Amino acid sequence: MTEYIYTAKDFKSSSEVRWCPGCGDYAIMNAVQRTMAEMGVPHEEFAVISGIGCSSRFPYYMSTFGFHSIHGRATAIATGVKSANPKLNVWVITGDGDAMAIGGNHFIHMVRRNIDLNVIIFNNKIYGLTKGQYSPTTDRGFITKTSPFGTIEDPFLPGQLALGARGTFFARAVDSNVKHTQEVLKDAAAHKGTSVVEVLQNCVIFNDGIHDAIADPKFRAERQLFLKHGEPMIFGEENDKGIIWTKEGLKVAKIGENGITKDDILVHNAKTPDLSIHMALINMAFPDFPVAMGVIRSVDTLVYDQEMERQIKDVQAKRKVTCMDELLNSGNIWKVEGERATESVSFFKKNT
Amino acid sequence: MKDTKVIELEEVTIRFSGDSGDGMQLTGTLFSDATALYGNDISTFPDYPSEIRAPQGTVGGVSGFQVQLGDKRITTPGDYAHVLIAMNPAAVKANASFMDPGGTIIFDVDSFNEKNFEKANFKTNDPFKECNLEDYTKIAVPITSLTKESLAEFALDNKSVLRSKNMFALGLVCWMFGRPLDYIENFIKTKFAKNSTVVQANLKVLHAGYNYGMNMQHETPQYLVHPATIEKGTYRNISGNKATAWGFIAAAEKSGRELFCGSYPITPATDILQALAERKDLGVKTFQAEDEIAGICTAIGAAFAGDLAITTTSGPGFALKSEALGLAVMAELPLVVVNVQRGGPSTGLPTKTEQSDLLQTLYGRNGESPVVVVAASTPSDCFYYAYISAKIALERMVPVVLLTDGFLGNGSEPWRVPSMDELPPIVPRIAKNAATFKAYKRDENILAREWAFPGMDGFQHRIGGLEKNQEGGVSHDPQTHQKNCETRAAKVERVVDLVPDIEIFGDPDGGDLLVVGWGGTYGHTISAVREAREQGKSVSLAHFNFIKPLPKNTAEVFSKFKKIVVCELNLGQFVSYLRDKMPEFTYHQENKVQGLPFTVLELTEKFDELLEK
Repeated sequence: MTEYIYTAKDFKSSSEVRWCPGCGDYAIMNAVQRTMAEMGVPHEEFAVISGIGCSSRFPYYMSTFGFHSIHGRATAIATGVKSANPKLNVWVITGDGDAMAIGGNHFIHMVRRNIDLNVIIFNNKIYGLTKGQYSPTTDRGFITKTSPFGTIEDPFLPGQLALGARGTFFARAVDSNVKHTQEVLKDAAAHKGTSVVEVLQNCVIFNDGIHDAIADPKFRAERQLFLKHGEPMIFGEENDKGIIWTKEGLKVAKIGENGITKDDILVHNAKTPDLSIHMALINMAFPDFPVAMGVIRSVDTLVYDQEMERQIKDVQAKRKVTCMDELLNSGNIWKVEGERATESVSFFKKNT
Repeated sequence: MKDTKVIELEEVTIRFSGDSGDGMQLTGTLFSDATALYGNDISTFPDYPSEIRAPQGTVGGVSGFQVQLGDKRITTPGDYAHVLIAMNPAAVKANASFMDPGGTIIFDVDSFNEKNFEKANFKTNDPFKECNLEDYTKIAVPITSLTKESLAEFALDNKSVLRSKNMFALGLVCWMFGRPLDYIENFIKTKFAKNSTVVQANLKVLHAGYNYGMNMQHETPQYLVHPATIEKGTYRNISGNKATAWGFIAAAEKSGRELFCGSYPITPATDILQALAERKDLGVKTFQAEDEIAGICTAIGAAFAGDLAITTTSGPGFALKSEALGLAVMAELPLVVVNVQRGGPSTGLPTKTEQSDLLQTLYGRNGESPVVVVAASTPSDCFYYAYISAKIALERMVPVVLLTDGFLGNGSEPWRVPSMDELPPIVPRIAKNAATFKAYKRDENILAREWAFPGMDGFQHRIGGLEKNQEGGVSHDPQTHQKNCETRAAKVERVVDLVPDIEIFGDPDGGDLLVVGWGGTYGHTISAVREAREQGKSVSLAHFNFIKPLPKNTAEVFSKFKKIVVCELNLGQFVSYLRDKMPEFTYHQENKVQGLPFTVLELTEKFDELLEK
């Protein structure tokens, strides 16, 4: 058996990368390239599909097959790619505007169908490529060029939207934490079905530091909760805090205080089909809670592209019609011959 | 036995008409199929409201199905009906202006009561007088009560009984036209195989209608239409939408690519998606998308991944697909978009036919965005034009728009089925040499690039909607953009070598009047031109199936005639395109936007007017 061993470099194209210096996209691309190199998938079976936005230039910087499409439609185009050839390893690169605004409809239906795509949402809570307008994930009241007095609308949480659309896989990571992003992407790639990964990405020009309160490495231990399936939800510099379930829902508790022991801390079950705890984890927000990172939900169920193949196979196993000539001559047909019949002439002889 | 009145005809037009819940479409279809099997040539025209069940008994809720049958080639469903089957007074009102003078109206006398007169907005109790139909032969048949009577022994509820009324009408008409019932019987047995009561009830009513005709023959005329002389071969009845679907399956098989259809249901194009969804046995992949945009975008994705990719829609959906179609133009992927045109703008007339999307197709995108435009002209030739559209897309790496319309899509006709051997080869431009491959390296004659898709080792490349260099990388260089725009336009123009010359029906060396038509009006333009020629007039026809590029002999053909009249179901779209391409000619126009096909009479009157001037 051939082993497909690559390095991250094998996934870099010769195109000059033109993101702004310091852009969070560089780190995410590193994580993607490293992940792909370790997957054991033949290089030619990768396809990277994007829409429009800064992050969507991504395919040009990769050495894989790539398609930089139009605004909001990457998810739909990738759905077509995967349906046409389920063998392919298809990645979608999108942003908060591309996926949550103009492409919102395709996004929810992709998730609902559970087609086997790996979708990375670069969430910087701003429109970067058009130079600084608010996006569907911008916080209420935030001032941007198109909301000079603050926005008057609430944002989407990508995880809420994914789960609301029956999502089977949702994970969260921070751009600058390449190692963790890579772990999450590895799990996303392994998941059969639509894997949605929200990466909190920093736009150095139009929204610099928007995630700092959570994402800054110096707050990481206290303000991020790294979830691992089967492990307790513990965080903090001293690993002394955890998430417990109370009558009022989730709460942060300190181990050793008020009689709380390690056994009271919730153990993460990413594989339960029940949405409620996963939704509660997605909703945890600073400053009341640490923000949940890692694979929040990973549930196995039927996968669209596999079902499409299976259905065709099942029908073909019992088919009566095996080719076009048979189809043309099936059903209600009749023959014209004898007296009232003239010689037949092919359409293409008559018309060429 | 009294004398039967037998009327021998070369061709006859019949219209079934009733409430949209009366089953008139099924009745018409079954009669047409039985008629085609009998050996007549036929052409059909379903004409129904966009409401699934409009208020019962109202004129707005009338659903009709017209069929013309004859002993020679039939190219239209007929201008006017010789025989009308009217299930209620509203049907009389809706069809009064589509009746042939002196025709016969068979009506369900049971439904001709005050309540229904009122629903149909008749002011008096004599609908025929109100509609000026006094001189027509009217045959009152108590269809409802006879249906009830013949089903008395069945323990059916009233609703189910009434639902069988159409079978009585069908049986009666079959008797009048001497159609054997076996095909219809088999259909009923198969369709309701799971419910033997329904089968028995329908058969009973069908025969009751047939026998009624036989027993009442002193007042029911019988028509004799001999079988047509046609090409020998195997025939089937096919609608334009089904023919379109099958043309693509044939193209997939011939080209060795899998067929993918991404589509969103829309009247009157949905039948294509449905016909393809049935064909998993032949490996067809159908994807019912969340919207029109996803329909085309999934198809574009499938084209990128190596499938023969198509998307099907009608006018409003085609508008939504515009941006993505531009992407296919820029990325240079093989893609076929089918637009089964209907009345517009906006939602317009969803169930009615029109040819008013031509300019949208040619020009309705941002940027310099040329596509190949092909138009089918009869229900059955939708098969061939779908096939040709796929061939052009795959061999020239270009998006093709195939225009049909509601009249073609829903209409049907007998079709001599071809064998796959008769169809020309399709050779997709799949890249072979990885060492020399560049995404946008072109053949210098046809200007098409090569096709390489994910999974092909060594051919990794990037494409997209941004202007690009030869490798597919982004380029905003001014000269590159100019050159690429010109090349994409020239690539479409060079498809002309796959386009057959336009043929003149009539006077090949020229004459007084050249009738120019395109797409779905062929049946009517050819009938009208034939009729004019039978009267000794110098009228010829050039009917176009290739709109962009135009056949190369177009100007030469136009130059042979003293006058040119362009006939189309819009306010003058093809004519404005021709004026732009060939301003040296004077073009007269005949335009109709009523949601209806031309009538032969309208056309011949226009010809006469132009010939007299």
